[in-house]
Amino acid sequence: MGLDFSPVWADWPLLLRGALETVEVTAVSLVLGCVLGLLVGIGRLNPERRLVYGLCSAYLAVIRGTPLLVQLFILFFGLPQFGIMLPAFFCGVLGMGIYSGAYVSEIVRGAIQSVDRGQTEAARSIGLSSTQAMRAVILPQAVVRMIPPLGNEFIALIKNSALVSLLTIHDLMHEGQKIISVSYRSLEVYLAIAVIYFVLTGLTSIGLRRLEQHLRAGGMVQ
Amino acid sequence: MSLQPDQASPIVSVRGLRKSFGSHVVLDGIDFDVPASQVVVVIGPSGSGKSTLLRCCNGLETPQAGSVEICGRTLVQDGQMLPDADLNALREEVGMVFQSFNLFPHLSALHNVALGPKMLRGLSAAQAQKEASALLDKVGLTQKAHAMPASLSGGQKQRVAIARALAMKPRVMLFDEPTSALDPELVGEVLQVMKLLASEGMTMIVVTHEMEFAKEVADVVLVMDHGRIIESGPPGTIFSQPEQPRTRAFLQAVLARA
Repeated sequence: MGLDFSPVWADWPLLLRGALETVEVTAVSLVLGCVLGLLVGIGRLNPERRLVYGLCSAYLAVIRGTPLLVQLFILFFGLPQFGIMLPAFFCGVLGMGIYSGAYVSEIVRGAIQSVDRGQTEAARSIGLSSTQAMRAVILPQAVVRMIPPLGNEFIALIKNSALVSLLTIHDLMHEGQKIISVSYRSLEVYLAIAVIYFVLTGLTSIGLRRLEQHLRAGGMVQ
Repeated sequence: MSLQPDQASPIVSVRGLRKSFGSHVVLDGIDFDVPASQVVVVIGPSGSGKSTLLRCCNGLETPQAGSVEICGRTLVQDGQMLPDADLNALREEVGMVFQSFNLFPHLSALHNVALGPKMLRGLSAAQAQKEASALLDKVGLTQKAHAMPASLSGGQKQRVAIARALAMKPRVMLFDEPTSALDPELVGEVLQVMKLLASEGMTMIVVTHEMEFAKEVADVVLVMDHGRIIESGPPGTIFSQPEQPRTRAFLQAVLARA
């Protein structure tokens, strides 16, 4: 029995639409994850601010310690028990954003802590507040160091987004399964889906490498 | 009736300063005053507490006991530091230059200098850059305004760092071994700028191993050892007739190396 890709060719607009939905879900989740990660990462810099540190650490422990799929199902199937019905797209983005934020927060914290202490001291000694020093001196240097590990996180997020197909979101995975359900060509369709994910993650890593090179060339890194 | 400030009142006044890291006592009861426009040079063997003393003078370290009064404010009293907002305002009046320069690597020389005035003194970007250019002229780096720190020599970096501190129009400048990280041939250009400041009447506290600079520029030399000031006086006296045997031993060791 040979491979027959004709169902893939016949329904390629469906796969393309799915791929666009995957990009959309991932991109919005990413923005949410980065915002959350930045706040939580900064919140975990100073253990002496107990409440903030404690809340941020609890978030990290719970989210990192439980499967993404379970978190997504709690949002989508669990919350309606309390009368909270969120649209599927919203649940997917919220769940993935919260999940990704935990990992991003550790990237943010690590990058900030890797900036030399002397930078903070120099900034504070000209009279900048800790917030001003963070914004104008520390974060611009930390962001460059975040790019390689963030790249890994982005790529993981693109792949993890396949899970949102289980929330009835019409992403790449979901559309592929639709094609399979009428053509029964599982291998061919899954191979096509794999290639599309591979292209998406590849483009992401090339883009991030370019960005890093650009920032380095601009003298952002010593 | 005169409203002139009392010329005799010191701009920096340190009393009974004590600081330890764990069980290691770094400052063991320090007292000294710096009148306005004076240059105080602090010398002594490494580990004697010189840098920690300097860092206590702008709140980078919190001493456990004693007090630091600077520019008319009590910076710290018995372990109690000024509240953050007041501390930030006070730091604008106290410039600090570090051994390792600590320039902001993501900003050009000009923007390193202009950052503080733009963010804190409410200047427009154009005005802040104009002032920054003038300061870079002053430290002899007109040509390097747009260079990134990574492309500057150590001596150039330190001169940018001095300009950055001056941009806040401080009343006191603290120098923490400003030439110790420099190649020998680059030391002179930094000392030159410091001499210029001293000649303009800037109040300065300088921790250094440059004895020639101390002899030439200092009004008072403080000799530290084991967290105490063991001797102080005009450089002529300290260098030619030190009273303490430990001062003599230290000076012999340093001058033999030079």
